[in-house]
Amino acid sequence: MKIDDLLKQTSGWLKGTGPHSEIVFSSRVRLARNVDKVLFPGWANKEQQEQALAIVEPAVKDIKQIQQGGLHMRMEDFSAVDKQLLVERHLVSRDHITKNEGRAVAVSGDETLAIMLNEEDHLRIQVLLPGFALNECWEQIEKIDSSLEKKLNFAFSGKWGYLTACPTNTGTGMRASVMLHLPALVLTKQINRVIQAIVKLGLTVRGLFGEGTEAAGNFFQISNQVSLGRSEDEIVDNIRRIINQVIEYEQNARQVLTTKNKSSLEDQVWRSYGILKNAHIISSSETIELLSNMRLGIDVGLLQGLTREVANELFILTQPAHLQKLEKKTLTTHQRDMKRAQLIRDKIK
Amino acid sequence: MKCQVCAKKTASVHLTEIINDQMTELHLCEQCAKEKGIAGLGQPFGLQDLLAGLVDFGTPISEEKKVALQCPNCKMTYEDFRKIGRLGCSQCYDTFKESLEPLLKKVHGSVQHLGKGPASDGEGLETRKALQDLYLKLQKAIQSEAFEEAAKIRDKIKKMEQGSL
Repeated sequence: MKIDDLLKQTSGWLKGTGPHSEIVFSSRVRLARNVDKVLFPGWANKEQQEQALAIVEPAVKDIKQIQQGGLHMRMEDFSAVDKQLLVERHLVSRDHITKNEGRAVAVSGDETLAIMLNEEDHLRIQVLLPGFALNECWEQIEKIDSSLEKKLNFAFSGKWGYLTACPTNTGTGMRASVMLHLPALVLTKQINRVIQAIVKLGLTVRGLFGEGTEAAGNFFQISNQVSLGRSEDEIVDNIRRIINQVIEYEQNARQVLTTKNKSSLEDQVWRSYGILKNAHIISSSETIELLSNMRLGIDVGLLQGLTREVANELFILTQPAHLQKLEKKTLTTHQRDMKRAQLIRDKIK
Repeated sequence: MKCQVCAKKTASVHLTEIINDQMTELHLCEQCAKEKGIAGLGQPFGLQDLLAGLVDFGTPISEEKKVALQCPNCKMTYEDFRKIGRLGCSQCYDTFKESLEPLLKKVHGSVQHLGKGPASDGEGLETRKALQDLYLKLQKAIQSEAFEEAAKIRDKIKKMEQGSL
């Protein structure tokens, strides 16, 4: 697979399928792994980073999903816009594209498996699936980890578990997260209470789109903070239980909106749909807000004939690098706003 | 809302930090946030950004002893670790264990790993180590254009990998 082939497909995790996909966008588990005694990327010089890469790269290339129809490339071989594309598709972190030296990425053909080589740790492996599927993520990533461990001598201590560059990842090296769309909890002004409760239970909440603490489009990413002293199953189970409750709250709030506030909900959904369907110039932030309303409309059955997959895909396709790749040239902000509007009109007509 | 530092401009940077269940909110304008070094963050500000400040937390060892600590494998000193809040290699965990124990306890609330570990058969471990050495040798051989040698090493790796699968 080549980088441009990504544009021709919908990422496996965007399909809008899987359990509770009306609320849960996607589930992800990532593992941090390092090779024993080999310097961590952040402390290594260029030559040492290359050495680390020479050790882990063959093992990564050997993974079945990478070998068969996957993509494996050094970061230095990507153009700036290609790197941004990988970030927009959630395949690498923003940090991973800030430096080229000794860094690489591997992605499976369906984009549900992605591995960063030499980011903060030698290996950052992620499995990303649509809907509420943390157990499946863990099962899949566990197999990949076990196959890698046959070829690499991972840094591990019986007491502290897997040893990582940052002590916040020590132990399981695991971060499990769920991306939730919670428009009804935001509209009914209950979201802050819910977030406070989640944080009290030891989980981290952050926005998915947009910068910093802002949660554009009512998307929230919830993940575990603690990685040491609990087994992977416990970590997954703990998040699963808490998220199940959040899902229930969101369902109740949607129920309230569709019964007691039906006309204002309908107005909001149809107005958003109307603008998306007719706009000729639209900014990225307005798009995210309106798409969020459109998705809510699809999820509560107001907008029939539109699929969740189309809405999900538009969140990704309307971002800057995607628009420029589709147009095959660099675009100014104004040109992007026009191209974005055109793309949306084409997709939802 | 006005900036909490200069009280003149409109606050556009909003930070919420939760430490030990205590939530504090900070509202700053772009300029003051920049001066405080927190504007333009590509990623949300979180625990790991505060880590460097926590390294000294509850360390029972003396100042002289700490300064003398240096990892024999990667040469990271205690001072380096305190400054950047990240370790240099896996052996640092042993070198700085006296500082790390309270730090890990503070971050995770526990210091005993309960999760998965590599299949702990001694033979498997030996194989992994040997393979790792071979990969390094392979890289060196390719760099020095000793392709015959490289081919031999590659065959050895293949054989070992097949044996260990």
